[in-house]
Amino acid sequence: MPEHEADGTLGSPTDEVRDFLRRRREQIAQRWADEPLFRAVFTLSRDEAVEAGKAVVDALAQVADAQRVEDPDAAGFTTVREQLARMGAARSRAGLSTAQVSSELAALRPPVENLLLADLPDASPDHARACVTTLSVLMGTLRVVVMQTALTEGQALIDRQRLQLLEVATPVIKLWDGIVAVPLIGTLDSARSQVVMETLLEAIVDQQARFAILDITGVPTVDSLVAQHLMKTVAAARLMGAECIVSGIRPAIAQTMVHLGLDLGTVITRSSLADALGYVLHQLGVGIVNPTPYGAGER
Amino acid sequence: MDTAAGVEARLPIRSDMDLVWVRQHVRQAAAQLGFGLVDQTKLVTAASELARNTLVYGGGGTMETQHLVSGGVRGLRLTFSDEGPGIADLEQALSDGYTSGDGLGMGLGGARRLVHEFAIESSPGAGTIVRVTSWTGRPPGPREES
Repeated sequence: MPEHEADGTLGSPTDEVRDFLRRRREQIAQRWADEPLFRAVFTLSRDEAVEAGKAVVDALAQVADAQRVEDPDAAGFTTVREQLARMGAARSRAGLSTAQVSSELAALRPPVENLLLADLPDASPDHARACVTTLSVLMGTLRVVVMQTALTEGQALIDRQRLQLLEVATPVIKLWDGIVAVPLIGTLDSARSQVVMETLLEAIVDQQARFAILDITGVPTVDSLVAQHLMKTVAAARLMGAECIVSGIRPAIAQTMVHLGLDLGTVITRSSLADALGYVLHQLGVGIVNPTPYGAGER
Repeated sequence: MDTAAGVEARLPIRSDMDLVWVRQHVRQAAAQLGFGLVDQTKLVTAASELARNTLVYGGGGTMETQHLVSGGVRGLRLTFSDEGPGIADLEQALSDGYTSGDGLGMGLGGARRLVHEFAIESSPGAGTIVRVTSWTGRPPGPREES
């Protein structure tokens, strides 16, 4: 008789699976390397895929060794978590849906299962079934780990992008000596308007601006909260000694504001940024003179 | 009807992010049903006010959009419901400038002026349901004030 696995009574199913994983590490990794998931992720060389597969098998064996086949947080997964995340992410980037990635992961199970069954020719049916079940549970946990990692990554990405949006979408532009403008774009919620107010007030100090133009051409909806944010910003700028002009009020927005009963009060408004700039330049006593057209002047 | 595809939906209102989604959905639905730019803007603005009320005062809820047809005219109905504390004095809540929070107090009354039909049901402890409807092609004239 070769080894203890023929006995069928030795070791719990979990131990059996652990020993099997360690024994068949090479073969499992070789078979996985031919599965779509590994083939698609490790396109450069097959050896790379086999190495990655071995790392996953090692992790699974370690998890089985710790008797934690049902625990996605088991320490054994830590070593391959990053690699699994990369694999999952690569497949998502290739345009696969979560369900498709999940089924590619599920496809890793049958080859291992066949190997396991081949290794238990003399085991009692009960014992063989128990071992296969344990392996299934372990592979299911692996799927959970990959999916969990992918979700966490996605959430982290969304959080980063949200922060980026806050920063990116609020530039303060110097239009002229003493004139700054903020082109507002997108939704002006409380967080955004706080950022706008801070950057604008800083710019007013830095540029020694007497006039600030808030352009809302890129704000799709002006409701009472947005109006309130605008008025607070205007009031704060005024306290800093700068006059605010709100520009970019489109016809549909103007009508809506009237029906809504919004009154921007003493705030100076203009329909376009150009009008606002013209008004401010006039206030500063700066005139724009059209140059003489080509060819019209004396030679 | 083809035009109704993508119009009818039930959206959760649980966070500021959901408000963005509500506005985008209403804008899309209104455009699809053939509302003009001004009417779209009014509906979206009304939805924004009402959804924020649902979130801030109602503690979150849902918005349901419905596509209506009456006498060849298409309409869009938005139903905002929450299970919050409700409103004790509807008259007062609808009056401009009154707020129990720190807003401008223009939301509810303002939203009523932005749509063709407006109905509100609420009692203390029983949540609030606001139902607004607008029709395509109807002049945006001032609502009959009650």
